[in-house]
Amino acid sequence: MPFHISKDEIMETVRMVQSENLDIRTITMGINIQDCRHRDGNATGKSIYDKIVKYAGNLVKTGDEIEKEYGIPIINKRISVTPVANVADGLNRDDMITIGKYMDEAAREVGVNFIGGFSALVHKGFTHGDKDLIAAIPYVLSNTERVCSSVNVATTKAGINMDAVYLMGNTIKQTAELTADNDGIGCAKLVVFCNAAEDNPFMAGAFHGIGEPESTINIGVSGPGVVLNAVRKYPEMDLGELANVIKKTAFKVTRTGELVGRVASKRLGVPFGIVDLSLAPTPAIGDSVADILQSMGLERVGAHGSTAALAMLNDAVKKGGAMASSYVGGLSGAFIPVSEDAGMIDAVLAGALNIDKLEAMTCVCSVGLDMIAIPGDTSSEIISAIIADEAAIGMINRKTTAVRLIPAPGKKVGDWVEFGGLLGRAPVMKVNQFSPAGFINRRGRIPAPIHSLNN
Amino acid sequence: MEEGKKLIITVLGYDRVGIIATISAILAENQVNILDISQTILQGFFTMVMVVDMSNSKCEIGQLRELLVEAGRNLGLEVTVQHEDIFKFMHRI
Repeated sequence: MPFHISKDEIMETVRMVQSENLDIRTITMGINIQDCRHRDGNATGKSIYDKIVKYAGNLVKTGDEIEKEYGIPIINKRISVTPVANVADGLNRDDMITIGKYMDEAAREVGVNFIGGFSALVHKGFTHGDKDLIAAIPYVLSNTERVCSSVNVATTKAGINMDAVYLMGNTIKQTAELTADNDGIGCAKLVVFCNAAEDNPFMAGAFHGIGEPESTINIGVSGPGVVLNAVRKYPEMDLGELANVIKKTAFKVTRTGELVGRVASKRLGVPFGIVDLSLAPTPAIGDSVADILQSMGLERVGAHGSTAALAMLNDAVKKGGAMASSYVGGLSGAFIPVSEDAGMIDAVLAGALNIDKLEAMTCVCSVGLDMIAIPGDTSSEIISAIIADEAAIGMINRKTTAVRLIPAPGKKVGDWVEFGGLLGRAPVMKVNQFSPAGFINRRGRIPAPIHSLNN
Repeated sequence: MEEGKKLIITVLGYDRVGIIATISAILAENQVNILDISQTILQGFFTMVMVVDMSNSKCEIGQLRELLVEAGRNLGLEVTVQHEDIFKFMHRI
């Protein structure tokens, strides 16, 4: 071969794409909209719409061209914008709802399936704009198709805003009720974060952070199927050696993201931000993080040992990926969503995996309790308490954690919720019914941990 | 980074008469130059890897892929067409 790539290497790459679901999960364009503020919701929304269409008008076309030319599937093209609560502070709830509608229209106009940034950062307290935005979330998520929302309620540096945790329990319930006809799908577009990443390309939690440039291209790669096949090849290998195999595989997967990011950045004339090293599963068979853990030797994910296996996998993916990309960022860790991973669903059905074990697993990976359906009659206090637990894990471990729960209206444990597409389907999982209400209703702020005082 | 115009074409399937002729005829019609061919047959299973240059071709990569995949399908073969940079990036630092 003219550039000395062996035939085996070529066939390896071809196999990754053809049969192991190697793809670029998302090209996400971050757009600053801080200059779009006007006197009311309508004028602000219009200005945001115009800016998105101007900046991202060629995003989908460019993504499709790169896919065709390079022969690598690029599944999603998406947009993230500056947290709307910051941009529209001083406007009221109805103005926020209007802005949400303009965002939805802009996303439809440029052809992206999701737009993130209907967001507020309230880890230390609320501005008036934050309160109005959060009040608007249930209406925006029930009346738009593509808008995604996120609220950051805690950081390692600020502690946990328990007023916000309390409020988000109610907001999630309200969002579920307003989208009851579709199993509470509104909640699939709402993430509650601790230590949110400003350059995360993955939905529903993507937003364009305050420290970000005018516009940027962030890439999310995906390769659970590729890692799965690599692990399956070596059933006898000890874990140190297996970590090395995973590292090498993650390197190759991430290089593809790096290449696509550079090309997209050049063609769109927008600076390249980061590659997110996450292992993001899809409902497709074999594209599952759960299957990787099982191929490492667990009968089912959720068995004792799952946390250790996931910790090793997550770390090996980062080590391999970090070498492959010039800029790593975003969430960068294995995702363990239930509805989007066929292996996770099977483990729940087999009785191997429950919310408590998932919570433990989130201590060692990205991102949190993700896409989990719970009974529709779960109280808002219990939802708030689940958020508080996840936020505590993130705060103490200096990592991003998130909660994306769907209290499916009218559904009970064992029922199914169906969202379709990438969001998948999920069995309704059991939640501990003992009441945390006394704790949650205290509200206030949990102070930042001692190890945040590192100056 | 320079975006090159070289592609890697792979062809997989059961061996039969005329595979290389069919593929290379399509390439010739579209002014795509073959730089390298490597082909093996193992127990009747045919594997070919081609490196081609399409800098003088008027054809788009997407169109060329469709032509080759369609021709491959008629012969019961699986054809892939990818930009060489994917392989360079993945296997070389």
